[in-house]
Amino acid sequence: MQRALAAGLLVAVAGAVVGTFIVLRGLAFLGDALAHGVLPGIATALLLGLPSLAGAAVGALVMVAGVATITRRSRLSADTAIGLLFVGMLALGVVIVSRSASFAGDLTDILFGEILGTSHRDILIQVGATAGVVLVTLVCARAFLLLSIDPEQAEVAGFPAARYHAIMLALIAVTVVVSFTTVGTLLVFGMLVAPAATGALLARRLGTMMGIATGTGALSVVVGLLMSYHFDLAAGASVVLVAVAIFLVVLVARGLRSGAPAADLPHGH
Amino acid sequence: MGYDGRAVVEGIDLRVPAGTWLSIVGTNGSGKSTLLRTIVGLLPPVAGRVEVLGGPPGAAPRRVAYLAQSRREGFLLPLRVRDVVRMGRYSARGLLGRIRPVDEEICAAAMAAVAVGDLAQRPLGTLSGGQRQRVYLAQVLARRADLIVLDEPTSGLDAASRARYRSVVREECARGAAVVAATHDVAEAAEADLVLLLARRVVAVGPPAAILTAENLLATFGVVISTLPEGILVVEPHHEHRTID
Repeated sequence: MQRALAAGLLVAVAGAVVGTFIVLRGLAFLGDALAHGVLPGIATALLLGLPSLAGAAVGALVMVAGVATITRRSRLSADTAIGLLFVGMLALGVVIVSRSASFAGDLTDILFGEILGTSHRDILIQVGATAGVVLVTLVCARAFLLLSIDPEQAEVAGFPAARYHAIMLALIAVTVVVSFTTVGTLLVFGMLVAPAATGALLARRLGTMMGIATGTGALSVVVGLLMSYHFDLAAGASVVLVAVAIFLVVLVARGLRSGAPAADLPHGH
Repeated sequence: MGYDGRAVVEGIDLRVPAGTWLSIVGTNGSGKSTLLRTIVGLLPPVAGRVEVLGGPPGAAPRRVAYLAQSRREGFLLPLRVRDVVRMGRYSARGLLGRIRPVDEEICAAAMAAVAVGDLAQRPLGTLSGGQRQRVYLAQVLARRADLIVLDEPTSGLDAASRARYRSVVREECARGAAVVAATHDVAEAAEADLVLLLARRVVAVGPPAAILTAENLLATFGVVISTLPEGILVVEPHHEHRTID
């Protein structure tokens, strides 16, 4: 249980930091697709007896490269390219997993995580990855912020938009890859977006938004694990459910307080 | 100049000296934004050569400031006005350089110039469209750039703000910066040092007194223009009537 808590809190920190820019830039759909795009990589690794983390990394890489290539070559909008790859990779993942002898069990673990089965080694990898994600985000924060308002203006100011967009995708990919064992590929997206969206509702400054996102993410982990323990519920799903519930409560409370439409969040694309 | 090897606007031969205000006038689709995006290095020229501050476009990002026609305004970023204006100093300080007191002074002066100083602590999302446009103008001014490229900077501004904008541009030119600004507003262009009339080609270029003639404006806008005792009346589709002295 202690390892589950540590793993969950690490997901909360990385998710909040990266998720803040996912929400600000309206990259939610891409984040979601990336989270599912790792499935065939994990499934292949599983079949071949390789580390699932390596498979997830390859899956994320293929997904990011695929979105960039389809968008550039087909003149389709990014969301169409993302959507196509999203379902394609998900289907491929399920097909590959279906070749496995323990199909149902494997697929459930990949999609929903196995937070209570987190190993000491998993935690160490997560610590390293989270530290890296936080460090790179802090270093690139100014460029990410300029990108959030206008990529072209960032480009002219000397912050190449394509380079920093690629770095941001890499950060999302790393967060997804190291978090999927904890909350699963299906639910990791919830920890990327729900706490950051709560922060966006409440904060007037970027640092505050990240702080609120980290706080609500951590609270979701603690409350979700307690719920899971006491009521015998699925741990990863409980954590994400609490994160989304906090967002909805804040959304309604804010709407009631202001008497105005409750939110003006960015659209994914 | 254009996209994917296809020319949108052709035949431009122009030099903008330091301290000059060039106003680019044309209808929607006349090539104004394409020209500006080529100047700042966002689009490669289809043919010919563009030189900016002695090098190719995009080679001196610290010296070039750009205000695009539109930004992501639909979402309320968790930023105060002063945070947005401070972003104008990121180019000078890089990813990790400390924002120094001198940067704060530059930002304060930029905010005062476009009268958003009293809004400094306000969240960006609580401002009107015109106020937000002034904040982004302040961000551009905070760049202290040698070349300032503005794509329809006065859209959404009221008459007082437009007047303030014109005096700010004059101050930037007096500082030695070249200002290249696209506009629909012929009256605004009449105050510039140079005017370029665009209609997917160069209709005319030169000092406003010589260029803003009924004939040239008709060729640019393709609509009714008549001469009144107090100046030229330009009837622009979807825009208000303007009288130029």
